[in-house]
Amino acid sequence: MTNLYKSVPIRSSEITPKHEYLSRRDFMKAASLAAGAAFLTACAPSATEEPQNAEPGPTSGATDELGDPVNTYEDITHYNNYYEFTVDKQGVAGLAQDFTTNPWTIEVGGLVNKPKTFAIEDILKLFPQEERIYRLRCVEAWSMVIPWTGFSLASLLEMVEPTSDAKYVRFETVYRPEEMRGQKSPFYTWPYQEGLRIDEAMNELALLATGIYGETILPQNGAPIRLVVPWKYGFKSIKSIVKIELVSEQPATLWNNAGPNEYGFYANVNPGVDHPRWSQATERRIGEISRRGTLPFNGYGEQVRHLYEGMDLSVNY
Amino acid sequence: MKKFPYTPLQIAVHLYGWSGIVLLLFDAFAGNLSANPIQDLERRTGTHALVLLVLSLACTPMNTVFKWSEPLKRRRALGLYAFLYVTIHLLIFINLDYGLAWSLIIENIIQKPRLIVGFLAFLIMIPLAMTSFDIWKQRLGKNWKRLHKLVYLIAPLAVLHYLWSKKGDILTFQGEVAKPLVYGLIILLFLVLRIPAVRKAFASFSPRRLFTPTKKDQQPEVDAP
Repeated sequence: MTNLYKSVPIRSSEITPKHEYLSRRDFMKAASLAAGAAFLTACAPSATEEPQNAEPGPTSGATDELGDPVNTYEDITHYNNYYEFTVDKQGVAGLAQDFTTNPWTIEVGGLVNKPKTFAIEDILKLFPQEERIYRLRCVEAWSMVIPWTGFSLASLLEMVEPTSDAKYVRFETVYRPEEMRGQKSPFYTWPYQEGLRIDEAMNELALLATGIYGETILPQNGAPIRLVVPWKYGFKSIKSIVKIELVSEQPATLWNNAGPNEYGFYANVNPGVDHPRWSQATERRIGEISRRGTLPFNGYGEQVRHLYEGMDLSVNY
Repeated sequence: MKKFPYTPLQIAVHLYGWSGIVLLLFDAFAGNLSANPIQDLERRTGTHALVLLVLSLACTPMNTVFKWSEPLKRRRALGLYAFLYVTIHLLIFINLDYGLAWSLIIENIIQKPRLIVGFLAFLIMIPLAMTSFDIWKQRLGKNWKRLHKLVYLIAPLAVLHYLWSKKGDILTFQGEVAKPLVYGLIILLFLVLRIPAVRKAFASFSPRRLFTPTKKDQQPEVDAP
């Protein structure tokens, strides 16, 4: 398992050339040439005038293991699906900026021998933080490449010693409607909850992230600690976690409650199984013009395919 | 003094009609589109088209309920603006979103109910837009009115298309259903107000009967010197 894992992340220090790729404004320029919608041509003159977004750390210019460049820090921190704040992806950053992330504790319990409540600062000390560049594929058919810092979920779970009855891991986001106004919406079963089968949770790819681009993770990205499960659709990667519980039954999830026939428990990225209302065969990588084909398990098949042997993935979507 | 040839309502309709394109251009210039600009363009043109469609359906009830007849003269402009935005919306989907990958586009349109209803609404709008000129109104006579009643079908299709582009389930009231629901209810209200019995009820409760017009009220307005 360890060997498989090692083939995945590439450290930013290993990459020398800065990748040339389409910025948003280059995109608008190219789009205006390609577009049938003539009004877009007016976008072109502004294409090169704006300054580049300042990007922290050495990561900008890095790529994932497939050679695709990481997305800009600006895009990663200003295009967010975080319904606890708002359904408007561009509105999350502003609404989340005063979100309290300190003090913060994470309760890890349930079917374990050594339940423990961690303060966020202890987590950062206990578990060595490493950088991992992962693709994030949203169920809405867009994707990004993100340089996370964090540590394996497995190492946290091993510390609390799950019992043999523990079959699933249940995660819960903080419930704080006074700071997260989206949680006042009656159309969702707050607080956000998610789950993994225990073998999925123990897979080396499953990451608890505390940073992006080498910086402390920002509230809009799920501060102070969030899950990242790169072979599954983004909604599985629950943000701002306060509770991790080992359980014997498959836990309910917020999106499964909202649309049982659309958002399954497994939610593995799968170009062959469409969302009932839109195709999952292709996706738009943020920063690119044309769509690209979606990869089975988001390109992590080698590391995770064995978890689903003998399962019909069109039934267990 | 020569009278200004446009009414405030007329100006408002045209300003709103163009505002969608103007604001999109402005945001594109200013770099205010999101990291996923194609989706922004699709959403914003779609929403603008839907609002225009709802406004065009509001005109007749304005006359029925408030005895305000001027909106009847603005229906055509509102409907044509709606068609303009639907056309741009579709062009963006075909050209930018799917880059003229016809096999993918056709596969999507055939398979996905969301796209079927959206495309159907567009198709039905074509004859309405084409026959919006006075000459066609004369030529078609009674059939013109019949034809243009198809908007009662277009609007619900548009709302369905909108609803199905959101995450959630309308049957259990879960997910992003609030906005489509509001649009749906407004359209339903405007359609109910067209039912002959409802119309008659409003006609008998005419505001004209609520007060007796005095001579002063009937005097034409005189511009200040």
